[in-house]
Amino acid sequence: MKIKGRGIVFNCFLITIIFYVLFLLFVPSAHALDIPKLQGYVNDYANMISPSAKAELENELRTFEQTDSTQIVILTIPSLEGEEIEDFGIKVGDTWKIGQAGKDNGIIFIAAKQDRKMRIEVGRGLEGRLTDLMAGRIIDLVIKPRFKRGNFDGGFIAGVSSLIDATRGEFKDSGNHHPQKHERSSQILTFLIFGGMILLVLGSFSRIIGGLGGAVGLPLFMYLMGLPLGFVTLVILAILGLGAGLFLPVIFSSGRHYRGGGFWYGGGYSGSGGGFGGGFGGGGFGGGGASGGW
Amino acid sequence: MKKQLMYIAFICLLLTVSGCGYNVMQANEEAVKASWGDVEAAYQRRNDLVPNLVEVVKAYAKHERETLTAVTEARAKVGTIQMSKNMLDDPKTFTQFQDAQSAMSSALSRLMVVVERYPDLKANQNFQDLQHQLEGTENRINVARTRYNKTVEIFNTSIRVFPNNLTNSVLLHLKLKEPFKAEAGTEKTPKVKF
Repeated sequence: MKIKGRGIVFNCFLITIIFYVLFLLFVPSAHALDIPKLQGYVNDYANMISPSAKAELENELRTFEQTDSTQIVILTIPSLEGEEIEDFGIKVGDTWKIGQAGKDNGIIFIAAKQDRKMRIEVGRGLEGRLTDLMAGRIIDLVIKPRFKRGNFDGGFIAGVSSLIDATRGEFKDSGNHHPQKHERSSQILTFLIFGGMILLVLGSFSRIIGGLGGAVGLPLFMYLMGLPLGFVTLVILAILGLGAGLFLPVIFSSGRHYRGGGFWYGGGYSGSGGGFGGGFGGGGFGGGGASGGW
Repeated sequence: MKKQLMYIAFICLLLTVSGCGYNVMQANEEAVKASWGDVEAAYQRRNDLVPNLVEVVKAYAKHERETLTAVTEARAKVGTIQMSKNMLDDPKTFTQFQDAQSAMSSALSRLMVVVERYPDLKANQNFQDLQHQLEGTENRINVARTRYNKTVEIFNTSIRVFPNNLTNSVLLHLKLKEPFKAEAGTEKTPKVKF
């Protein structure tokens, strides 16, 4: 009988862990809706740049990042679909977070082909060098005349070298590209441990109270953490909480066998927190830059 | 039983540290203040640009006295509003501030419509530069307002949910902060269009 009970508990754990993994998969997808994926320095979704020019730009931008740590990224899109390019620009900036954390030294050069609009979105750390005025002049004097003639390759190449000239020397490469922090995940971990303790107490009085507490408490905690939760995720969390509330006390009181072995599945969180982010990530944008048409 | 008491003691300890929302509310209030700083800076930036803009336009469009005066007056009105620390919790002064700034926005957009009639002015390099700066500033205002509203939303929620509301009423006495409201008829910040 006892062995059978342990089997059920073990299965519950498996299910729980699977749910947590699913939950983790939901979270990042909630952010990136309309924003195209960041592929590299040149993200040519509107096919405006020829392969040879693309290679040249990639090369130039990589070299510039290596010497100055400033990141410049190009994005072309076929259409804005009615959105203002300024609003789109800041969304891209907030999503891609070009630039290093703390330096905020990223620039995004966006062109919308059908709308014939472009924008240079400047990270906060570069606003001193590349002012709105300077960005506007680069658009008006360097890029716009070339784009008007249909010379997109030339426009991008000349524009990028103007941007590089304007921002060269503002930052030096620190050689350190690991700004990722685990603040968020450790916070969640604290809450999970805390919640687990409450469930243990509640459950030690009565299994039903423990289960109810878990079903209400876990979604509530996650909600209070400010995570972007959908209805489905909340329901899943409630089920998880119910399970945890029912079985945590059982495991804790009856099974010394389980102690330490995968007890806090919160561990899954802290591990996955640092998974994203390679070279890009961390730069902040405050709406600086300039827009123009051609 | 002893075990249970120990759990309870441990939970009480945790509660006093993080569970009552004291720190969360404080942190959220600081976030509101920080984002408000950006809003103020963006509006200030626009105010600083206006005299130059008026000067340049004046040189080419002498007959548009009325429009220019409206802009100057709107700027003066913005200057009279006292920026106080409590402004964010006070709906009245906050509305005053928002009204003055939106009067400024509409005066500026009228000026930009007028400018269309003066091709010489539009070709002037000085004016083009100012245009870029003004556009940039309007965009910053927009971004700063949106971000401010987000932090206010988070803060306001955090002081109203349980158990934070208890902590707040007993210890902190924080008030709800005012968000920017959309202008009647528009969903977004009035934009100066060119």
